[in-house]
Amino acid sequence: MSLEDVRKQAIIEWEALQHSPKPRILIGTATCGRAAGAMSVLDTIKQELQRHNVDAIINQVGCIGLCYVEPLVDIIKPGRPRICYASVTPQIIPKLIEDYLLKDNPRPDLAMGTIGESTVEGIPRLFDLPILKPQVRIVLRHCGYIDPEDIKQYIADDGYSGLVKALAMTSERVIEEIKKSGLKGRGGAGFPTGQKWEFCRSSPGTEKYIICNADEGDPGAFMNRSLLEGDPHSVLEGMLIGAYAIGANEGYIYCRAEYPLAIERLNIAIKQMREYGLLGKNILGSDFSFEIHIKEGAGAFVCGEETALMGSIEGKRGMPRPRPPFPAVSGLWGKPTNINNVESWADAAVIMQKGAQWYASSGTATSKGTKTFSLVGKVKRTGLIEVPLGIHLRDIIYGIGGGIVDDKAFKAVQTGGPSGGCLPASLLDSPVDYESLTKAGSIMGSGGMVVTDEATCMVDFARFFLDFTQSESCGKCVPCRLGTKRMLEILTRITEGKGTEEDINLLLELADGVKDSALCGLGNTAPNPVLTTLRYFRDEYEEHVKNHRCPAKVCKALISYYINPEKCQACMICYRQCPVKAIEGGKDTIHVINQDKCTKCGTCMAVCPTRFSALDVFSGEPVPLPLPPSERVFKRAKREK
Amino acid sequence: MSTTIDLSLIEPVLQKHKGRQGDLIAILQEIQGTYSYLPEEALIHLSNNMRIPMSRIYAVATFYAQFRFTRPGEHIIKVCQGTACHVRGSPGVMDALVDELDIHAGETTKDFKFSLESIACFGSCALAPVMVVDKNIYGRMTTAKARQILGEFKGVK
Repeated sequence: MSLEDVRKQAIIEWEALQHSPKPRILIGTATCGRAAGAMSVLDTIKQELQRHNVDAIINQVGCIGLCYVEPLVDIIKPGRPRICYASVTPQIIPKLIEDYLLKDNPRPDLAMGTIGESTVEGIPRLFDLPILKPQVRIVLRHCGYIDPEDIKQYIADDGYSGLVKALAMTSERVIEEIKKSGLKGRGGAGFPTGQKWEFCRSSPGTEKYIICNADEGDPGAFMNRSLLEGDPHSVLEGMLIGAYAIGANEGYIYCRAEYPLAIERLNIAIKQMREYGLLGKNILGSDFSFEIHIKEGAGAFVCGEETALMGSIEGKRGMPRPRPPFPAVSGLWGKPTNINNVESWADAAVIMQKGAQWYASSGTATSKGTKTFSLVGKVKRTGLIEVPLGIHLRDIIYGIGGGIVDDKAFKAVQTGGPSGGCLPASLLDSPVDYESLTKAGSIMGSGGMVVTDEATCMVDFARFFLDFTQSESCGKCVPCRLGTKRMLEILTRITEGKGTEEDINLLLELADGVKDSALCGLGNTAPNPVLTTLRYFRDEYEEHVKNHRCPAKVCKALISYYINPEKCQACMICYRQCPVKAIEGGKDTIHVINQDKCTKCGTCMAVCPTRFSALDVFSGEPVPLPLPPSERVFKRAKREK
Repeated sequence: MSTTIDLSLIEPVLQKHKGRQGDLIAILQEIQGTYSYLPEEALIHLSNNMRIPMSRIYAVATFYAQFRFTRPGEHIIKVCQGTACHVRGSPGVMDALVDELDIHAGETTKDFKFSLESIACFGSCALAPVMVVDKNIYGRMTTAKARQILGEFKGVK
């Protein structure tokens, strides 16, 4: 059966599924959904359907990106639009099945939105909601829609038509098309993808390799995981197109071991590709032959760097080597190799499917297309998003993200992971594109976007990143091995209140040195969090050094907790929960913290009921003396009847 | 610490990767999957069997964070220390567990009941802070919830 026959069949099956006389239930069971309890919701759905003897189709789908309201369950009744229910618990399931499936009450009170042409009274359209409206979903178009474990659902929506087109072209034409789209590497550095392919193609040699970098190591980033879990075939199709264009017959996917579900789904997808003649010898009857292998990482951030990654595939320590020679000339096993990020491969597939011009219609003059981001940290609506390049940071954080949790003040947004920088409120109106982010001292990175509020200390934040890069430094080159270590020591000193003004200058000098002289990208970019926090939040550093004050009240050595005797209701909650028994008090006795015993873990502050809010934090000023024991008697106000 | 282990358990692994020294990382992962750590005897056996110098095995195994050289506890508790988790309070969660278990990250309790590990990022950042006990993922952690979950695991056995 030819691919076109398979597609016809797949479309018929897909249409039949859409117009199924049976109700359909879709549940997001990617990792985020599972962490929020999707599997127990799924079990309840099965039990309830059985209990009521309802015949329904259950589909497990990928992540639609609304992580803050996981688990998500969608119900499609014949002749009705798809309704999305958010924050579903096992307790809600019986209501949905009894009221909607059996009695036709769609429960607008529990619904988040509808998907599709028609609407339901009392329920907004999902894609009209502020979190989804500004988004342009190209790479993520299938996530949450199709079953990632069924290749036919991908084929039904033009899947592998990009490959068919490519195979009918010369490889030069394919590269031309990718170049025309303006696609830049989505892994962080932003090198033009078409040009990269061309370099590798024109390298002499018959044995060439391509690699998909799925070692998404940036803490705070999960775009690639979601894409691999939600639509693995789009990435695999992109790899086939790239391999054909470059002239490679073997490819590797290097995926981090922390992503077991992504690996499982890739394995299923690869098996299905083989069944349909999309892998192996003479793919779709052409002269093109290709094999894919999956290599699991073993926990090393530096393996996201291309030369280190290749060392790891070869079974060695993942240590970068100097470039040139670039991988396009001498890469895996010394052969010409092209390496791209997960998202770049998926972009390549859609570019070939729909055309370069279509793709280039979103984005800016120099940054074309869309980019996925994981929007996390202190925003109200966390999730996986895809936006056209050029969108303003404010539109992402306040529009899509809904602003800061508890309406606190925005402090900074950190883009690009440990290699990126912290951008302050004054840059909220700048566009998100490769050039603007670099100019601001950060990088696009692979798409991590961590929002912080006034309760984040920027010195501690910089220390956090340095702690990470320092422990992940492979140790090969001196600037990175020793430079990050010394920088970390200085930052630690400052957060402990032992820093001097000279330390700040030394930190700057070291940061510049490491940036300019480290061997690989990890070292070159490791100082970015320090440089940007120093550029935009130098006052916070100075407060730590000059006044021994942590303005965000985070650095343990510089803060003290204090129970305000005016507000303490002697409820004994903090007294009982303090892990070091540093709180003195008792029934009807106002509580007092013994500052000598206190480890500043913050438990008391976390457990004090918000209606009392009796805990204060002091920094840079003396803590008031505790009340003498004789005055600690708490007079409980008589309750009115 | 020397315990006797059953080397025959990894025969299928060595057979599968026979002659493919480049698979070293996968081999080590499968050995760890078998014993839940990398016992010295198993590594010596691997070295002899596949003719890979012990120095190279050790160099690779110590480079990657995933590998352990001592027997872990019955339950492995992993606390995510990623950026999103950090901003949302994972250091406090870790401190609470350190306090409850009286061990540091990377260590195992004397009774081999619990091992505590810190992990760079699970990629479930939207549910930060995240903690994983064995295969169970717990999102939106607080210090109190961490202590409570630990208590449940202590109570089971």
